[in-house]
Amino acid sequence: MNSTATGISRQRGFDLKNFAANNGALIGLIVLAVVMAIASPAFLSAQNLVNVGEQVATIAILAFGMTFVIVAAGIDLSVGSVAALSAMASASMVAGWGLPEVLTIVAGLVVGALAGAVTGIAAAYGKLPAFIASLAMMSVARGLTMVISDGRPVEAPSQVAALGGDLGPIPVPIVVLVIAGLVAAFVLRFTVAGSYMYAVGGNIEAARLSGIPVKRVVVLVFLLSGVFAALAGMVTAGRLDSVQPTIGTGAELDAIAAVVIGGASLSGGVGRISGTLVGALVLAVIRNGLNLLNVSPFWQQVVIGVVIALAVLFDVIRHKNTRL
Amino acid sequence: MSEPLLRLVNVCKAFGPVRVIEDVSVDVHPGRVTVLLGENGAGKSTLIKMMSGIYQPDAGEIHVAGEKVSLPDVKAAERLGIATIHQELNLVPTMSVAQNISLGREPRRFGVVDRKELARTAREAMARIGMNLDPAANLGEMGVARQQLVEVAKALSLDARILILDEPTAALTGAESAALFAVMDELKARGVGMVFISHHLDELARVGDTVVVLRDGHVVTEVPASTSEDELIRLMVGRQLSEQFPRRPRRRDADAEELLRVEGVSTGGLVQDASFSVHRGEVVGLAGLVGAGRTELVRAIAGAEKRTGSVTLCGEELSANDVGAAVRAGIGHVPEDRKHQGLVLDAPVKHNIGYATLGRTAKAGLVDRAGQRRRAQDVAQKLRVRMRDVDQHVRDLSGGNQQKVVFARWVVAGSTVLLLDEPTRGVDVGAKVEIYELVRDVTDAGGAVVLVSSELPEVLGMSDRILVMSEGRITGELEAQEATEDAVMALAVSNSHSDASAERAIDTLERETRERA
Repeated sequence: MNSTATGISRQRGFDLKNFAANNGALIGLIVLAVVMAIASPAFLSAQNLVNVGEQVATIAILAFGMTFVIVAAGIDLSVGSVAALSAMASASMVAGWGLPEVLTIVAGLVVGALAGAVTGIAAAYGKLPAFIASLAMMSVARGLTMVISDGRPVEAPSQVAALGGDLGPIPVPIVVLVIAGLVAAFVLRFTVAGSYMYAVGGNIEAARLSGIPVKRVVVLVFLLSGVFAALAGMVTAGRLDSVQPTIGTGAELDAIAAVVIGGASLSGGVGRISGTLVGALVLAVIRNGLNLLNVSPFWQQVVIGVVIALAVLFDVIRHKNTRL
Repeated sequence: MSEPLLRLVNVCKAFGPVRVIEDVSVDVHPGRVTVLLGENGAGKSTLIKMMSGIYQPDAGEIHVAGEKVSLPDVKAAERLGIATIHQELNLVPTMSVAQNISLGREPRRFGVVDRKELARTAREAMARIGMNLDPAANLGEMGVARQQLVEVAKALSLDARILILDEPTAALTGAESAALFAVMDELKARGVGMVFISHHLDELARVGDTVVVLRDGHVVTEVPASTSEDELIRLMVGRQLSEQFPRRPRRRDADAEELLRVEGVSTGGLVQDASFSVHRGEVVGLAGLVGAGRTELVRAIAGAEKRTGSVTLCGEELSANDVGAAVRAGIGHVPEDRKHQGLVLDAPVKHNIGYATLGRTAKAGLVDRAGQRRRAQDVAQKLRVRMRDVDQHVRDLSGGNQQKVVFARWVVAGSTVLLLDEPTRGVDVGAKVEIYELVRDVTDAGGAVVLVSSELPEVLGMSDRILVMSEGRITGELEAQEATEDAVMALAVSNSHSDASAERAIDTLERETRERA
């Protein structure tokens, strides 16, 4: 056998084919946007793009948190409910306990972190499958939201309402989205914790035998998912200007779809925040475009289902081709 | 000689820029066994995948019974009578023997599965290889050997004329392999042509007729299967392996510092009250039968298994059930099953090498990316890991190189005591010697090694002292100078009262005898 150099030179320069294979979702998004722009002139209007941005914010923020969990080979079904619970709990603390308004958002994030940590502890130490632990939390968090609010909407505290406002010409949800995305990408890419998430998701036993604290990593990913869910819940409440107890119902599935369309693998170890953002944008652009084209919401669901299947199919085919 | 059943004529196969097979011709004759021999990465797997329709050659021809054919998929190969028994068995463990044998072509009656016919087909298929299992038995409850024979029966029930066996004996004991060989003899007598791959050179003369030696995708030569093992190794590796065991056993210095002390360690049920110590510069072999508790003991020391008793490293007691603490103290554990326990296969080499050092090299919680990459590169080069670069995924490396990546992790981490659990399993001869050289380097540098291996020559050849385990207890200790295979085996079975373990012992003894013969 030859030495290390077997005469294979790495290809330099821009390789379009390779780029396309690794960024299928992005190319899909661009194609989608072009088609929508041609089909409906209103699509590219500034007002509509801002709309898309606002619509994408909630799902993308939830999906960023979900990306941590999925990279670590877990799943978090509780994000929609935790979003509602966090927003409702912080609003009630302001209204009922006289919590200083400046602390509203922090309080919401803490509630989200706690809920996430409980799910994580149940999964890591209680040995419940992540699916079950988060399914349980989904029910518990939604139930608590109803208990706190008695099932009625509550007025959004000023800090939360501000999350739905504008910063100059740019809506605050878009600003929050960008900051949350940068933070999430930073954690995954540059921190030790992020590297641990990939290792745990890639092979939990190999990670454990390498001395990686796998249980703490599992708790952390659910905790982060809870924090991002809380943020998404408060952004939604801000946009609506009131905290609805039904916020985020069914949103966990959109978030999972965004992560998967973005190229993450449900078996863990693979996933990027940039991909997740693209995935969320794909969902938002489809919804928005179909609205503009006056397609019924019922058909929209059909289209989105097909898109999810196609995105994963594309991924499967790609892996088949690159594997020796 | 009769006309070949299967011929590959000047076939080539490349994956991207990598030419895996170049201009290779192989013949398979009826009633004869053609052995494919070569190191991992020599192209054996690619070759059999072309024979079984999984890959298609880029150039060259495939002939079956004298006619040129193309094999676009596995079904096409099966229709022509080519059946393949892959290393990973293609069976459904939750189904019965009969269901597995007829999987995908169940006999039907009035639209439902005809259970009687199903059982009859299974009995008939098994009878052909002299096997007599209950067709209704659940496959998952049988040992690997029996499952393998079920797969052979299944292949033959498809009227296979050509049977390709990819490392069928890798997971078998001596007696089990012998049973498989007997079946192969019978098939030979009936004119079935076979292709056989094995890393156990001693098996080749027993079952093979001709040996095709592959190196770097070329056929080096074709020799009779009776060729001596030394000669076969030389042909395979392309150089003389000066010494198979590059490390001389030595008596330890009386004042050598104690690095690892294990006292009264027990695990849930299996390991009972194990105590020993390991000194600087020493290799301690752990011998014993499969199931004697060696793996559990090593895992307990590494913190991967719950334990009672104490483990002390360089004077510092390690808390139980805490792999992180053991790693930080200087223990490196190369687990038994590198694919499932050692590596993240779909992550790059640089990450796999760096897992144990991510935390300690970080600044403010941020990964030292440049440093991790540089260290991985240095160590991979030092250990001669054959790869494109450190960004290549570990899955694409050969078994020996994957094992070196696990090793590299602990070299980077600067571990003082390495626990090696079957470090050369599934690794070819050339890489084996390189792994032995790594062991020597570790002890030369003042570290120590605990070596678990089921290959007695390896334990005897590499260790300074040998501890023998039987039924969870350490039943004896031998200095390298006084250790013989017989002495080790005597201790390995010394504790066994139950029939099952006696049987296992006999199996192992049989294999040992066969290996010496």
